[in-house]
Amino acid sequence: MLYTNLKHLESAADHQKAISDNENVMVICGRMGPMCIPVYGIAEELESEYKHVIFYDMEFDNPESHVIRSIPEVRGFMGIPFTIYYKNGKVVKATSSIQTRDQVKTILDKEFAVPVSA
Amino acid sequence: MNSKNHYDVIVIGAGPAGLTAGIYLSRARLKTLIVNEGIVGGQLVLTHEIANYPGVESISGYQLANIMKKQAMSFGCDIKSNVSIQQIELEGELKNLMLSDGNTFSSESMILTPGGRSRTLGVTGEDNFKGKGISYCATCDGDFFTGKEIVVVGGGNSALEEAVSLTKYATKVTIVHQFEHFQAFEHAVTEAKKNPKIHFKMGSTITSFHGSENLENVDLKNLKTGETQNFKTDGVFIFIGYVPNTEFLKGKINLNQWGEMVIKADMSTNIEGVFAAGDSTAKKYRQVTTAVGDGTVAALAVSNYLHELKAKQQQLITI
Repeated sequence: MLYTNLKHLESAADHQKAISDNENVMVICGRMGPMCIPVYGIAEELESEYKHVIFYDMEFDNPESHVIRSIPEVRGFMGIPFTIYYKNGKVVKATSSIQTRDQVKTILDKEFAVPVSA
Repeated sequence: MNSKNHYDVIVIGAGPAGLTAGIYLSRARLKTLIVNEGIVGGQLVLTHEIANYPGVESISGYQLANIMKKQAMSFGCDIKSNVSIQQIELEGELKNLMLSDGNTFSSESMILTPGGRSRTLGVTGEDNFKGKGISYCATCDGDFFTGKEIVVVGGGNSALEEAVSLTKYATKVTIVHQFEHFQAFEHAVTEAKKNPKIHFKMGSTITSFHGSENLENVDLKNLKTGETQNFKTDGVFIFIGYVPNTEFLKGKINLNQWGEMVIKADMSTNIEGVFAAGDSTAKKYRQVTTAVGDGTVAALAVSNYLHELKAKQQQLITI
């Protein structure tokens, strides 16, 4: 298990439940390395700002993470973490390797924008 | 002056030096703000295991940084991370800070602990192929290059040791180094040279990265002849050292030729009321323990500075 302060996905079943039960989900699939840790840290900080998004991590070396490693959106990815954004259970965006806070926020704002009520 | 945004001390940087300063200052009841451009912990969070931090048998850098952060906050220290600094004014009795989100802060003193970061090549295509052929971490991404031909850039210990470790996955590793000799220790050079999978391109540098979806080739310039050749590769790992995050202090704080802040024994800089600590200062050894020590000294020196400043101000009022 990754020792971050995020919610952890430990099985394919956990993963399925997370994306089925929640409209907006971000999953960071990585290791405790220098490319992944900054992304976990950014997600931890954004949790309070993006309350309509549920943030998870999943260990890359856990065999159950095949639910992320085998999806077509990550074909060609050659750097962890694989960060996947789900809207109503469907992948809407995937990124490879380290990201900045601004890059993550841009995706969250675009893909999970809170609708403005009329 | 907006009292909500005014602090006794502003600390720039939330690595071990900055967090330690935050702990000491807040505990001394000084209103303290730590501002950090990345995530809290700095380079410390990237350390897998720390086994030589006195008093702690073994801990990950991530966990140690989290404890330091909680400690500082428990004493009332404010922390703002993942923000960028737009402007900083260090001269004069009042120090000012403007962030890119428009927020402004002022303080009587500052401690600069901006730390360092991995150096990048900064050439065309580097950003585009990050995670799609370009990596800065062999342990993280090595297995994606199983059966492939790769390049390692650099000539220090990290570059040579990681090149050897990458031969577990890659069929061929070409080390590209800008000089004709290595900076690494002899044993690392010997290990690399005796590995049949490792090849060398000395006196050369990558000038651009190319490919469609993933990295496919690089432009390689021979620095002696000036000739550029296109070199086919599946991946490039870059290990070219660290740089201090002091660009924003150029022309303000005295920096040495490597961009490190020049400080006195009490961590004071050339500007009154401005102190510095940690990896971005000019010093020989860079460890978590030395950063913590530096942060402690800087915090105590600032406390003393503020005490004297307030005494002076009180004297002026009395006169």
